[in-house]
Amino acid sequence: MQLDARIPEGPIDKKWDNHRFRLKLVNPANKRKYNIIVVGTGLAGGAASATLAELGYNVKTFCIQDSPRRAHSIAAQGGINAAKNYQNDGDSIYRLFYDTVKGGDYRAREANVHRLAQISVNIIDQCVAQGVPFAREYGGVLANRSFGGAQVSRTFYARGQTGQQLLLGAYQALMRQVALGKVKLYPRTEMLDVVVIDGKARGIVTRSLVDGKTEVHLADAVVLGSGGYGNVFFLSTNAKGSNATAIWRAHKKGALFANPCYTQIHPTCIPVSGDYQSKLTLMSESLRNDGRIWVPLNKGDKRTPAEIPESDRDYYLERRYPSFGNLVPRDVASRNAKMVCDEGRGVGPTGLGVYLDFGDAIQRLGKRTIAERYGNLFDMYERITGEDPYQVPMRIYPAIHYTMGGLWVDYNLMSTIPGMFVLGEANFSDHGANRLGASALMQGLADGYFIIPYTIGDYLASTKLEKVDQKHAAVKDAERGVKERLERLLAVNGTRTVDSFHRELGKIMWEHCGMARNAKGLTEALETIPALRERFWKEVRVGGTGDLNLELEKAGRVADFFELGELMCRDALVREESCGGHFREEYQTPEGEAQRDDERFTYVAAWGWGGEGQKPELHKEPLEFKEVKPSQRSYK
Amino acid sequence: MRLKLHVWRQKGKSAEGSFSSYDVPDVSEHMSFLEMLDVLNQRLIEKGDDPVSFDHDCREGICGMCGFMINGQAHGPLKGTTVCQLHMRHYKDGDELWLEPWRAAAFPILKDLMVDRSAFDRIIAAGGYISTPSGSAPDGNAIPVPKDKSDRAMDAAACIGCGACVASCPNASASLFTSAKVTHLNLLPQGEPEQERRTLAMVMQMRAEMFGHCTNVGECEAVCPKQISLENIAKMNRDYVQAVFKYREPSAASGSG
Ligand SMILES: Cc1cc2nc3c(=O)[nH]c(=O)nc-3n(C[C@H](O)[C@H](O)[C@H](O)COP(=O)(O)OP(=O)(O)OC[C@H]3O[C@@H](n4cnc5c(N)ncnc54)[C@H](O)[C@@H]3O)c2cc1C
Ligand code: SF4
Ligand code: FES
Repeated sequence: MQLDARIPEGPIDKKWDNHRFRLKLVNPANKRKYNIIVVGTGLAGGAASATLAELGYNVKTFCIQDSPRRAHSIAAQGGINAAKNYQNDGDSIYRLFYDTVKGGDYRAREANVHRLAQISVNIIDQCVAQGVPFAREYGGVLANRSFGGAQVSRTFYARGQTGQQLLLGAYQALMRQVALGKVKLYPRTEMLDVVVIDGKARGIVTRSLVDGKTEVHLADAVVLGSGGYGNVFFLSTNAKGSNATAIWRAHKKGALFANPCYTQIHPTCIPVSGDYQSKLTLMSESLRNDGRIWVPLNKGDKRTPAEIPESDRDYYLERRYPSFGNLVPRDVASRNAKMVCDEGRGVGPTGLGVYLDFGDAIQRLGKRTIAERYGNLFDMYERITGEDPYQVPMRIYPAIHYTMGGLWVDYNLMSTIPGMFVLGEANFSDHGANRLGASALMQGLADGYFIIPYTIGDYLASTKLEKVDQKHAAVKDAERGVKERLERLLAVNGTRTVDSFHRELGKIMWEHCGMARNAKGLTEALETIPALRERFWKEVRVGGTGDLNLELEKAGRVADFFELGELMCRDALVREESCGGHFREEYQTPEGEAQRDDERFTYVAAWGWGGEGQKPELHKEPLEFKEVKPSQRSYK
Repeated sequence: MRLKLHVWRQKGKSAEGSFSSYDVPDVSEHMSFLEMLDVLNQRLIEKGDDPVSFDHDCREGICGMCGFMINGQAHGPLKGTTVCQLHMRHYKDGDELWLEPWRAAAFPILKDLMVDRSAFDRIIAAGGYISTPSGSAPDGNAIPVPKDKSDRAMDAAACIGCGACVASCPNASASLFTSAKVTHLNLLPQGEPEQERRTLAMVMQMRAEMFGHCTNVGECEAVCPKQISLENIAKMNRDYVQAVFKYREPSAASGSG
């Protein structure tokens, strides 16, 4: 398959403007004749639903939670980037673009990233107008902070609840359209397949999570904003319900899956405490602004942190990266934590932890200032661990946090199934091999508020869409497939719980496709995962019936994670280089940093579903860097 | 530690419910409350029994999905904490716990500890927004917002829509929830143009759902995991009175030339 990213011609800063002018428009009076399905009510899906309805389209919006306001975006803490340069500290659209391309380790599309940086400024305006209570200075203007090691202060935030406030803004705009009758809302409803007719996405099959009824919804276009797939690993910072089912079913119906192996590991999470652990809690990255990270200098030092004198501590990030210190990017910080723990210098009961110490900061700035900056994070830490971080250093360890990979989309955010658009974390488009902090919220809202409204119009205006109805064979087939699968899951009636399989899959993934990967481990995982999947289908016990059944919901998602996990390992095996979050132990510099191979791997790996038990097919979209010259990232 | 749980079990909306008792041995103090229930559920599934259904998602105290009564207290005994953030170190060996769903006419029970809170969404739909279609916004700094106002708006906006306030109120009133949104938006200059309409519409919708009246009992504030203040209700009442006097329907004739 020839992949056409449809990147517009012209200089980088004119591409989006030119493109917008060339995109076809749907006449205002005609918009109400079009029906659009949106799956997801996070920043991406929520913003898209509201905006498309404002334009006059008829929208049906679906989510699995009981209210659209609870999408996983709600949990984002730190902030959202925008190139406003309100601080007059040298920021610009070009700098945000540059930082994002570099941060992504030269594996993102330049044109997409530039558009994202351009739109970032409109997002803040939009959110302020919606009433998002961003932090402000005494003069009443918006406040900013520097985040995730950025050299400028371009991050906007609402205490430690930025995602919540942005999502509530989108949710409120969405509910306004619900009241106006332009959006019909389907909460507690899960999409379980796409309906493809004449090669175009024309609808979805859903299951009500309240009474178990399956239904087919038809439309002129389908928009997926279903979030990321970090829960393949079982333990992650994602919400428990976050899943890959929507994008995976779309993949099996023809949408290519791009860069599945690019996952982001967040360096500052609360370590695992026992085998009952159900998820991992992120401690905001902003903590690294004042906290110092260290481990004992010597292996097996069992003294309490207070008993370990300065001379016996290793502030390893400050030592190895004198210019960035504790503020190195996420991938670098995570890998280094793993390294010191592998050396046997990790702390805490499991030895999988490092200290994040506020002792110096409290001495320098006073407890009050620290409480003002991080009070709610400290409280949260204490609530979970029972330890007071004002007294003893926090213990942190990296955890799976975000997935840069996702369904392949062109510049218009359309997948390889015409009429199916993919937004937010569910697509692969803007972050390359590593996402910068505070950029996911920006991307979700850019996609939803400011890109899809233009590009979907072009599709609708330039595509001949035949009338379709519920009697179509493709509709019947898709619905039957969904029902059969649900019945199959219920029928296994084995002995092991869904969670026990999911945990085991997660362990394999974390071990072999986590922070560090190598050919041997990946090859092994490519054997153990399919074997475990087979056992799942023979031994899982779902229990209950086809109506409200939380175990059945989980089982369907875990079954998809098995297939996706395998694809992630395959992608990681083929990519014989290290870049961003993808670290192959065989490919590192003498100092142990990621070693890219631009000659062979400056491409997007887009995988096609090969069929049950068959090998997937690899397609390559070559990447071009005209603006930002690829170089070895250095944070020394 | 070992716990005895009495859990409300109800198969569906119209089914009868009752308490079932379970012994949970080997509870670690580091577990969260929901992890303790996960462990119980794994055991129930292995035995071929129906696991306890409860809502949850983020497990970080922010999505508002979780929530039930523990010994008559919404979200359990810890102040300012959702049940997903409550850890077992607050209990001791031999404790007996009664778990019940939110009880309110406006929140029908779906199954076990799960309820339907869509009435909250309808209150927001009635007016809990600022009408600014995408693309219509002025520069973010065009309208300065005094920091204290913005901070107070943020305090109110922190509500997670969990429903604990309703479940704890003897009248099952939704005043704390509704007033939090009214306050958040009415305090901001951006929210001013629609202030009266918003307040009237949201209060009206709240009354149209099956919520009771507020009689200033204050239980809601005491259990609210986000410590939303009763002052919001006072503000909503003031804004409401003002809106009743001031609000005029906009005239329909506009721009027909
Ligand atoms: C703890 C945490 C903190 C973070 N902090 C930040 C931060 O500070 N800054 C930043 O930029 N990013 C942050 N991120 C990342 C960011 O929050 C996410 O990438 C982003 O919110 C994803 O938004 P989304 O709209 O793509 O998907 P989501 O918000 O995940 O929404 C997915 C939606 O799809 C629905 N859905 C899923 N599957 C189905 C299905 N099969 N059928 C129907 N509906 C379905 C869900 O119900 C939900 O409504 C953080 C992430 C985490 C985990
Ligand atoms: S006011 Fe408090 S208790 Fe009520 S819904 Fe909001 S967060 Fe929950
Ligand atoms: S599960 Fe999200 S608030 Fe408890």
